Parts: sequence; structure tokens; C-alpha cells
Amino acid sequence: MDALYVAAIFSPLVGALIAGFFGRLLGDRAAAVIVCVSVGLAMLAAFVVFYDVALMGRPRGIELFTWIDSGAFEVSWKLRFDTLTAVMVFVVTTVSFVIHVYSIGYMAHDPHIPRFFAYLSLFTFSMLMLVSADNLLQLYFGWEGVGLCSYLLIGFWYTRPAANAAAIKAFIVNRVGDIGFAIGILAIFFTFDAVTFDAVFAAAPNYVDTTIEFLGTRIDTLTLICLLLFIGAMGKSAQLGLHTWLPDAMEGPTPVSALIHAATMVTAGVFMVVRLSPLFEYAPTALAVVAVIGASTAFMTATIALCQTDIKRVIAYSTCSQLGYMFFAIGVSAYSAAIFHLMTHAFFKALLFLGAGSVIHAMSAEQDMRKMGGLWKLIPLTYGVMWVGSLALAGMPFFAGYFSKDIILESAFAAQTGVGNYAFGLGIATAILTAFYSWRLILMTFHGAPRADEKVMAHVHESPKVMTIPLVFLALGSVFAGYIGLRIGMVDAGGAFWRGSIFVLAEHDALAAAHDVPGWVVSMPTVFAVAGILLAFVMYMLAPDLPRLVAARLRPVYLFLLHKWYFDELYDAMFVRPANLLGRGLWRSGDGALIDGVGPDGVAAAALDLARWATRLQTGYLYHYAFAMLIGVAAMVTWYLLAAA
Amino acid sequence: MSEFPVLSLTIVLPLVGAGFIFFIRGEPAFVERNARWVALWYSLATFALSLVLWVLFDTSTAAFQFVDKTAWMTNPNIAYHVGVDGISLFFVLLTTFLTPLCVLASWRVITSRVKEYMISFLVLETAMIGVFSALDFVLFYLFLEAMLIPMFLIIGVWGGTNREYAAFKFFLYTLLGSVLLLLAILALYLEVGTTDIPDLMERLQRHPLPEGMQRWLWLAMFASFAVKMPMWPFHTWLPDAHVEAPTAGSMLLAGVLLKLGGYGFLRFSLPMLPDATAFFTPLIFTLSVVAIIYTSLVALAQEDMKKLIAYSSVAHMGFVTIGIFTLNTQGIEGAMMVMLSHGVVSAALFLCVGVIYDRCHSRLIGHYGGLVHRMPVYAFVFMVFTLASVALPGTSGFVGEFLSLVGAYQANTLVAVLATAGVVLAPAYMLWLYRRVIFGNLTKEHLKDILDMDAREIAVFAPMVAVVMLMGIYPELFLAVIRVTVENLIVQAGGALDAAPVTAMLQR
Repeated sequence: MDALYVAAIFSPLVGALIAGFFGRLLGDRAAAVIVCVSVGLAMLAAFVVFYDVALMGRPRGIELFTWIDSGAFEVSWKLRFDTLTAVMVFVVTTVSFVIHVYSIGYMAHDPHIPRFFAYLSLFTFSMLMLVSADNLLQLYFGWEGVGLCSYLLIGFWYTRPAANAAAIKAFIVNRVGDIGFAIGILAIFFTFDAVTFDAVFAAAPNYVDTTIEFLGTRIDTLTLICLLLFIGAMGKSAQLGLHTWLPDAMEGPTPVSALIHAATMVTAGVFMVVRLSPLFEYAPTALAVVAVIGASTAFMTATIALCQTDIKRVIAYSTCSQLGYMFFAIGVSAYSAAIFHLMTHAFFKALLFLGAGSVIHAMSAEQDMRKMGGLWKLIPLTYGVMWVGSLALAGMPFFAGYFSKDIILESAFAAQTGVGNYAFGLGIATAILTAFYSWRLILMTFHGAPRADEKVMAHVHESPKVMTIPLVFLALGSVFAGYIGLRIGMVDAGGAFWRGSIFVLAEHDALAAAHDVPGWVVSMPTVFAVAGILLAFVMYMLAPDLPRLVAARLRPVYLFLLHKWYFDELYDAMFVRPANLLGRGLWRSGDGALIDGVGPDGVAAAALDLARWATRLQTGYLYHYAFAMLIGVAAMVTWYLLAAA
Repeated sequence: MSEFPVLSLTIVLPLVGAGFIFFIRGEPAFVERNARWVALWYSLATFALSLVLWVLFDTSTAAFQFVDKTAWMTNPNIAYHVGVDGISLFFVLLTTFLTPLCVLASWRVITSRVKEYMISFLVLETAMIGVFSALDFVLFYLFLEAMLIPMFLIIGVWGGTNREYAAFKFFLYTLLGSVLLLLAILALYLEVGTTDIPDLMERLQRHPLPEGMQRWLWLAMFASFAVKMPMWPFHTWLPDAHVEAPTAGSMLLAGVLLKLGGYGFLRFSLPMLPDATAFFTPLIFTLSVVAIIYTSLVALAQEDMKKLIAYSSVAHMGFVTIGIFTLNTQGIEGAMMVMLSHGVVSAALFLCVGVIYDRCHSRLIGHYGGLVHRMPVYAFVFMVFTLASVALPGTSGFVGEFLSLVGAYQANTLVAVLATAGVVLAPAYMLWLYRRVIFGNLTKEHLKDILDMDAREIAVFAPMVAVVMLMGIYPELFLAVIRVTVENLIVQAGGALDAAPVTAMLQR
């Protein structure tokens, strides 16, 4: 039985290694099939794991071997399967598998198919290691692993300068967050003398209201630790301030975007915080910060999405926004609602991206919505699934997003705290924005007069079956995932479904309170979403001149949003350019002028000067020497006489 | 200990090989071919012998093993005394592991004075093994100085265009440090009355030197070790030396010679001068943090690949010195792992530069671009070592770097936090380098028909990749050997064996 559990995690790695090292021998087709089979096997194993662990309630841990053992710092490679892991493994493998199959069609004309599939399944493996980690260090391993794979995949088309830049940016921005995570681990080890989850969780209540020395000040121990870890989560999950890498990550092939956004990367931060709920629960200040950051991100990125014209970028910003929802759910202790939304979001976001991929495929690689339009009759299936995905994203009743988003907003309202209200308010505002930009996307892409040239339009065709079947599957998931999740009790009050893998203090149980919120709170998100959809219809169907007028009238706001709140420009001026200038300056003046100038070169020059000066004494004239001797003799005689006296 | 003098044989074997090569006579082509093969076989045999050391090593004791002692001079009492413990064993192995790879790396590139070149490398190998296994301070010093001569020749004879300046700078720096080290040895002898290292340790443990004396001795040793390390601001010889040295020279310079500083601190400063060590720890922390941030920033600005990697070495060594002076288990074991990992990774990175330098005779980043189109295998290998260099978990670089940070956090939070700046800057300069060399379009004319790595080059890289992965996934193989010795060292240096008294730091 253990072997099956191990296979659920390691099977994609095997596929990646085979495709990576023997891909050229095997040929494109065989490599792709082997990788898909390996991920498919992992998915089947994950079903069994889900049944056994989550439904039957049989968690288990599988220790593989020692990793690092240095004094008290003992860490093993160990797989942990509890309900939370089982849910995540289920989501990751399922969505990954679908994306893998889709990629066979989407990447069919790429010259580097084995490499692509190797990266793709390595990505899946890293994420699986992350969610099945038994200790913080292994979590960090998966964490950095997905960082690496995203770097490799974003920069997959390595001849494009933009792709290379985006890849490096993704890695480095993530590393900035990782610093927080790493220091968090250091602080945990310093405090708890352990980094395994069980040991840390067991000891956490003992450290409530203790303080710890950090950079010369004393801070509440658990608040400090949780905030540091949350910085890591912000980097990976693209939250306010560290979100700049995610939209640029669109430079990768579309299936990669789907994978990053739905299954294997950005959800890592949400998962990490939920996994560490036994720590965060005792750090209310940190939870408040999480809620505020989450809500602010949800709102801010939704406003940016309003003005983007790249079809993938709109969806990318919507991911940031939805992750914001998940974080403010966490912030009000509705962890299970966050994971629930993570699951439904995985389905409909993968669907939206792959649907966008299908559009791009049909449009001969065009991504600019301003050059689309009038496509709906030509690619009806893609059009249909985009509707399904958007309905789910906007949270229309009976679609997956409805169940998960509503419970989050209700929990925020039910929390009855300042940050809860802040989150609720921004969450509602975001709901209308979300619906608006979703239908803006649909209307600009599929309706109106075609804006592409005739050659492109003549080429438009529905994607092959290997791409459309995954779309249909994901569409089904986007419809039913919410209902199923609700039925198996994912967001029941008290969290019986999670069997202790999510920890909530009794007084924090916002979910329980969420079931008795007033009726207007329940219906408000839907009303606002419908309003957003109608607004989009007005602006992009009935009065197509309106957007331009609004943009002209509110030009500063428009530019502000178009430039994504100027984060990139700010960071460039604050960090990137100063670092480069500083490096050059330190090299030239520090190493060159100062250290070498005073050090070896200076000493050498001084020695030369001294030697030159000494050579000048040797004039070659006899009377010079005689004179020097005379002075010498005189001096010695004087010395003797004085010493004798 | 053992009847059979394995260690002494390991030390002498390369020298015997050098002697062999010296007496090869005949046609130049014949001499060259034989010089190469003799050097390869002798270095391989040495490596095999050193593996025996690892296998037979008793991990349960901190005592020196494979000890050989023969009286040499009676007054002063100096002996040929060698042996290894958990700290030195892996430095010996690192040396014997890298030397055959260096010989292979130079197989085709070195065409002038092949015989002398191979002799230099074998002599250098003997000196390097000797320096790590010497148990007499004078013997240590002799090997230390003996190492300089072949290295000086390797840079000065087979180096690049500006080799005289580099060789001179290298020599000037190290010689100055060595002179002060010699003074320290003399002073220790006059104070304690012996130059035998285990004996010195024991006596100094029982009767520590007065604090003032300790500080002067510590500074004298520091002068030597800080240059070797190299620590900021004594590092400027390194980029120049690397740039001018031939590939294999850079490999040994980065791989082994840089470890002498760390080894010196661990072997002498910590156990023999514990009070001074505690006194100067803030100085070391400051210099290390400056090194990490400063040299990482400087690395960002480099246009020469070798210089970039050289500066990154200085940054990595910052983690080593931080780790050593935390005086706790994680810190010192982390420092050891950083040194071992860096020994392989930086050597491999220099070799990566060497591979394309051999083809295009340029080290400038701007002369390359888009190599992945013609050299996929090379791109893969380069990527592996780039990632190991930025300490990705699962590679060797991570284990050491993280452990030394764990140690640092317990010793001084600020140091740990500042040191993590290196965690962000390292991928910035390494991935930027990788992107400019490997990715992009292949537009430059002279790269149009560049060839991917051949079987010989792959054979050189394969063991290095294997070691990097092994060290990253199952470092226990190495930590198990180091453990007992490090614990003993911490006791000697007066550090806290257990983690810092945590409960005292927490307040209700």
C-alpha cells in the first residue's frame, strides 16, 4: 500500500527523467505519451489516496530516508498524507493530467516537445513534494522546486528576450519572498528546536504570549514567525507587492500558465498557510495582516485587469485577485473555505487558460484582444467553455465558484471584526469588477466585428480533440466541483471532514457563524456579479464607444491602471538600477581604486618609487661617494665621542 | 592505527608519478602522451587510495586516524606526523577527486611543456594532500608553502596574457600572510614547547595562553587564512588569479586552495585560541556579511565569466566564515558542507567556462549567446551547476548554506538576516550570466559551428554532477563522518554544543 502512496508523488518524476534524458532517443510522440501516462498513474493513485485518507480517514506517514541530520536539526525525506494533503494531491494530479493531455495538441508543432513535457511533469512532482511534506524543509524543497520549474517553463521559448526576462524575474521575485520563508524556518528552529510539523504544532500553544529577540527588538514569537512565513507565501502566491512576476509569466506557453495558475505554483502559498494553521491560529495579528493583504490584493489586481488587452494577462490578474480571496478567508480563520476555493478555482482557472489557449491557437498565436472579435460562431466549443469558466469565476449560482466564493464572503462578514469588514467590503467590490472584466474578455474576444486581418480569420478553426476533450472535462469540473465539495463537507462548521489537518480555535470558527448571516449578505455577491455582467454588456455590446470615452475622461486613472499601479517602474528605480550601479561602483572604486590602490598595487608602486629614489643616489661621480664617506666618518666619530662622554 | 600506511602512501603517490614523468625521454609527442597518461593513472590511483581512507574511517571517534609519525629533527622536536580526522578527510578526498578531473580537463588544451605541466599538478596534489593531513605545524607550513610554487608556475607559465601581474599579486598576498603565520608558529613553539598539532591542542586546552597573547597569535594566523579564504577585503587577488590561470588551475584554486583558509580556522584558530576566537567573532561576522553583499553586487557588474564566478566564490566563502564562527553544530557542519559543495561546484563552473574558452578563446560574456542551440548537453550541465551555486534545495549548495544560516541565526539574528541577501543576489548574477551565454538567438558568426561537449568532457562532468546531487539529497553520507569531530571541536572552542539556550531568550 505504501508503494501506491509513493507512486502518487514520484511517478511524475520518473516520467520527467525519462523524457528529459532519453527524449531524443524516444522521439516526440513517445516522450509525450510516457509523461502523460506517468502523471495519469499519479492521478489514479491519488484517487485511491483521496478515498483512503480523506473519505475513510486513514492518514499515514511514509519515511523514506534521512535528509539532513546536524545536531538537533534533524530532517528526513518523509511523505505525510492527511486529509489536507489528500485533497491537494487530488487537485494537483487531476488538473495537471488534464493540462498534460491538452499540451499534446497545443505543443504539437514545437521543436522541443520532450523537454517541455519533462519540465511539465517535474513541475507537478515539485508541487506534490510540497503538499506532501512532513516538515518545513521538505516544504521548502518543493517550494524552490516549483520556483525552478516555473523559471524553466516561463523561459521555455528561450530565443525570446521577453521570455528570458520574465523567467529571471519570476525566480528572483520568488526568492525575495523565500527569504522571508527561510528566516521563518530559522526562527522556528530557534524557538522550537525542531522543524517537523508534528513537533512544532504540538509545542505551538506553549509559546502564546512569549516574545523573542529579533534584530534588536522584542517581538511576539508566533506573530514574528507567521509574518515571516507569510512573506514567503506572498511571493509564491503573487500577493500585493510581490505579485509583479505573475503577469509577466504569461511569456511561457499557455499550458504552463494554466499549470502555474491552477495547480502547481501560486496555490502553494495558500496551502502553506493552511498547513501551518496550528501556528497562525495563535498569531491573531499575523492573521489580520493576511486578511488585509489578501483583500487589498483582490481589489487592486481586479482593477488592473479592467484595462489589460492581452487575453492571458486579464486571466492572470484575475488569479492574483482570486488568491486574494483565499488569503482573506485564511485571515478570518476560514481555512477550509480557502482550500475549497483553491479547488474550484483550479478547475475554472485551468479551463479559462486552456480556453484562452484554444483561442490563441485558432488566431495563429495572436493574444491581443483588440485584434480579435467575432469568433463565437467559428469556435463554438471554445466559446461555450469560456462562458462556463467565466460564470464559475464570477460566482454565478450553481457554478463551482459560487459555492466557494460565497462561503468566503460570508465568513468574512461573520467574523465581525474590523479586518473582516474590510475584507468583506473589498470582496464585494471585487465581485463586480471580476464579473465586468470576465465579460469584457468574452465580448471583446468573441463578439462584435472581426478585427483581425482576413488571412488570420480564414485560418480560424476549432482545436483538435486532444485539446477540446480536456476543456470539456474541466468545464464539467467547473460546474460540479463546488457542489461535490459542499456535499462531502469541505466547509462544514467544526471541520470534521479535515480530521484535524486544519486547526481552528473554537472562538475563531467563522464558518459556523457564516451559516447564520443575514439573507442580503448571501445574495449580495450574486447581485453585484450580475450588475458587472450587465455593465460589460452595455459598454462592449450596446455602446462600444463608451470605453474610449470613459478612458479619455478618466485618463489619469486609466493610465494608472494600464501601467499596473506603476509597480514595475517603482521596483526598477528602487532596486534593480541601484543594485547594478552599486555593483559597478563597488567594483571600480572599491576593489579597483581603494583595495588594490592602497593594497598590492600601492605597495608595489611605493617599492618602485623607493628603488628609483635609491638609484638616484648612485651618480657614479667619485667625489659624491667620497663626500658621503666623509660625512659618515664624521658622524661615527661624533657618536663615539658623545657616547664616551 | 592500521599496519598499512594508507595515508602516507596517498601523500607520496602523486610525487612518485611526478618523478616518473620527469624521467620520460624520447620524441616530444611520445613524451607528451605518456606524461598525460601517467598523470591520469597516478591521480586515479591516488583517488582510489583515498577512497580506502573513507571506507576504513571510524566515524565514532574524533581522534586522528591513519596516523604516521617519524621523528625528523630532535631539537626543535619536529616530526613527520600525519593523520586525518572528520574535518580533514573530506578535504583530502576533494583534492584527490578533483586532480584526475583536472588532468583530463587539460588533455587537449595544454600543448606546450606538457611534461612540466603534469609534474606541476602532481606535485601540487602531494602538497595539497599533505597540508590537510599534516599533524605537525612546521610540516603544515612546509606543505603550505610548497603548494605556492607549482600554483605560481601554473599561473605564470600556462596562464593568460596578463599572467605576470596575476601571479605576482597572488604571490604577494599569500606570502605576506604566510610570513605572519610563520611568526605565529614560532611564537607558539616558544610558548608551549612543541609544534605537534594534537599535542598543542591538548596542552592549550589544559593551560590556555593569556588572552593578550592569544589575540596577537590569532591575528597573525588570521592574516594568512583570511587571504587564503579569501575574505573581504583581502580578496582582490582572486579574480585576477582566476582570470589568468588555465582552466585546471582555476579548478584547483577554487576547489581546494580556497578551502585552506576555512581549514586553518577550524584546525588552529578555534581549538587553540578559543578566547581570541570569541573576541574576534564580531569582526569575522562583519567582514563576512560585507563580503556576501559586496561581492554579490560586484558580481552583477562583471563582463568576464571567470571574474563573475570568482566573485561569487568570495560570497560563498562568506557563508563559510559565518558558519565556522557561530561555534555551534549547525554552523560548523554547514560551513564544512559549503566548502565541500563549493569545491566541486566552483571547479565545475570554471570548467564550464573552460569548455567554451577552448572553443572560442574568449571569456567575455558578450562574445557568447544562444549556445543552447548548438550545445544542449553543455547547457544542461551548466544549468545543474548554476542551480547548485544558487543553493537550490536538492543540490549540494543548499545543505551547507542553509545549515550555516541555521547556525548563524542562533548566534546572531542580524547576521543571518543580512546574509540572506546573498540568497536573492546569487540567482540574480548567476541566471543573468546563464541567460546571456546560453539563451537567446545564436547570431554571432564565430559560434555558428561550435561543437557540443565530446565524450571526454562529458566523462569529466559526469562524476561532478553525481556528487552534487548526492550531496544534496543524501548529505548524511558526509555529515556522518564530520559529526563527531565537529562536536569535539565545539567543546574545545568553548561553544555551546546544544542550540543556544532558547528558553532564556524567550520572555513571557
